[in-house]
Amino acid sequence: MSEEKSFSDLSRRDVIKGLAGLPIIGAVFWAGASKASSQKESRNTILETLNINASQPPDTGPMSGDPIRLGIIGFGIRGPQLCRSLGFATKTWLKNMEDSAAKNPNDTRLKSFLEQENLNVQVTAVCDLFDVRAQEAADSFSKDGVSVKIYKHHEELLASSDVDAVVIATADHWHAPIAIAALQAGKHVYLEKPMTHNIAETYALREAVQNSDRVFQVGHQHRQTQSFVTAKDVIDKNILGHVSLIQANTNRNSDNGAWQYHIHEKANPNTVDWQQFLGNAPQIPFNAEHFFRWRKWWAYGSGLSGDLMVHDYDRINCVLNMGIPRSVIASGGIYTHRDGRNVPDVMQINLEYPEFTTGPSQEPGKEKGMTLVYSASLGNQYSRTTALMGHDATMELGNRLTIYADRNSTRYKNMIKDEIIDPNVPLYQYDPSANAVDGITSATAKYFADKGLLYTYRDGKRVDSTHLHMREWLSGIRNGTKMSCGIKEGFEEAITAHMAGISYKLGRRIDWDPASGQVIPIEGYDLDEVLTKDIEKLV
Amino acid sequence: MNPMNLGKTQLNAIVLLRLVIGWHFLYEGTVKLFNANWTAKYYLLSSEGFAKPIFGWLASDSLIGIVDFLNIACLIVVGLALTLGIFEKIGAIIGIGLLVMYYFAHPAFPGLDQAGTEGSYFLVNKNLIEAVALYLLFLIPTGYYFGIKRLRDNTSIQTA
Repeated sequence: MSEEKSFSDLSRRDVIKGLAGLPIIGAVFWAGASKASSQKESRNTILETLNINASQPPDTGPMSGDPIRLGIIGFGIRGPQLCRSLGFATKTWLKNMEDSAAKNPNDTRLKSFLEQENLNVQVTAVCDLFDVRAQEAADSFSKDGVSVKIYKHHEELLASSDVDAVVIATADHWHAPIAIAALQAGKHVYLEKPMTHNIAETYALREAVQNSDRVFQVGHQHRQTQSFVTAKDVIDKNILGHVSLIQANTNRNSDNGAWQYHIHEKANPNTVDWQQFLGNAPQIPFNAEHFFRWRKWWAYGSGLSGDLMVHDYDRINCVLNMGIPRSVIASGGIYTHRDGRNVPDVMQINLEYPEFTTGPSQEPGKEKGMTLVYSASLGNQYSRTTALMGHDATMELGNRLTIYADRNSTRYKNMIKDEIIDPNVPLYQYDPSANAVDGITSATAKYFADKGLLYTYRDGKRVDSTHLHMREWLSGIRNGTKMSCGIKEGFEEAITAHMAGISYKLGRRIDWDPASGQVIPIEGYDLDEVLTKDIEKLV
Repeated sequence: MNPMNLGKTQLNAIVLLRLVIGWHFLYEGTVKLFNANWTAKYYLLSSEGFAKPIFGWLASDSLIGIVDFLNIACLIVVGLALTLGIFEKIGAIIGIGLLVMYYFAHPAFPGLDQAGTEGSYFLVNKNLIEAVALYLLFLIPTGYYFGIKRLRDNTSIQTA
């Protein structure tokens, strides 16, 4: 066995071989420390230069006081989702979620629902044109001594003194007529997107809101998305330089994504109020497919422009506040789903803003004009990012923000030259989900979630955006707080969508006159008739 | 003390293996130590395989601070032990422990996403190979030949 050596026993060879590790340690430590500190220094320099304020929207007011009594008008697909955000789930949904959570512990949908803040509301009334659905709502939501009354027609529901406010989630062609009637009946209104089905209704609804003291909110729940507040700060601080192009997209490749919804087996002329559903649409005999898949026809729905582009348009409008485009030109066709629909399943829409500016970083004269290119397909779900492309940097906009400097940027020229900024590496990344683990279940859900349309984050915790958006509306009713998507935003969204739909159907450019606040007429055409006429294209 | 009667070249080869692994651990530990923003959180949260719940738990807010501290401390201790040639056996065991944890956080099992790794792996990946190499170093310590241990132990080195 070994014995302790005395110092004098050591040879030079012993010392060298014994201590050879020390210089290695010194070298490795030095290399590690200098790498880390140079990274830190670059990072700090970049962050100081950008000075982005990563903040979240202010909290809305308290939910105390008497419960707000709600009427639900339209209880198809979106209606039940809105009700869950308000704290009301159907018995069927609860059962399905319990079963699903038992099979898959990662499925937290039920848990999230149960943990949601109580918004202190009562559902007192429901109206749906399909009896089975109205009955399901009434059976599920009647509780604590409050029974939910079923109304055959929205007029009767609006006349009820048991209703303070209504949530409207009908087919698009009923949005404005019901919302206007509700405001006139003194009810607060939460209205799904698109706000209206044609141009004339958009003005009529704006007037109704302006003449009413009731609280009006359009259902663009992504206005609550935390990353968009930070994105707005990025724009305000001109970090991207002059944004000349924005690309936004929809990509779906499933039956559900193409609006091929389930047709309920109990639907027939006795259980569906078909005449009421048709409203101002062409009078045709009962057609269950039209009733359940109304998004596929211009007579009731709004096509890719009104149904899906509005999500992207409003996402960008809430960051840039660019308003209605000066002109719109759209093209596309029905290329995948040749199933009798007359709305396109592939669509490209160019929105032109020749006077818009996000601010200069170059010499004068290079800071004006922007195009928003929206491109949609229901035949492919390749994920294309939403990108705001500026002279100095590009920002990918979603639940996360990622900013890349442009190699030929004016603002970052010196930092790129000094190798502080690498254009291939994100200049800035903001991820409010850093503390949350996500459990998304379907491709369509993932598509919405990535865009910041399904949920957002508060203090690192995942929250349903729709819940926050409805909370904001309820706080407006209770506390007089401001709406993030009121009539101004809804008006801009609706007019833009209608210009796109008309452009598609006529195959020509549609112009907006900001001075008169009107879509410029085209001789020989009634634009609203063009838009809602139940055929694919006029020209 | 050379129980296997290894030749000088063989001993040098093992010392070389010990030094490069020590270097690797030390550098990983140092970079993390000096980078205030570093955390194992996202690596743990992205864990796949049967041990995912355990790593998810380690990444929780209450534990992640301790986990990060221990990870950096262990990386540096292993790095120092192997580079200096002292307490090599303990260093090797700690190193194996770390590598086995890294392995099971992102095991090279078929069907699991091998995000963040280059190359192609089936069951065996670089973490596993490094762990096995450490097992070899555990069995054949060389600090008495090349390392601080040489300064302490009065052992004649017999090479075959």
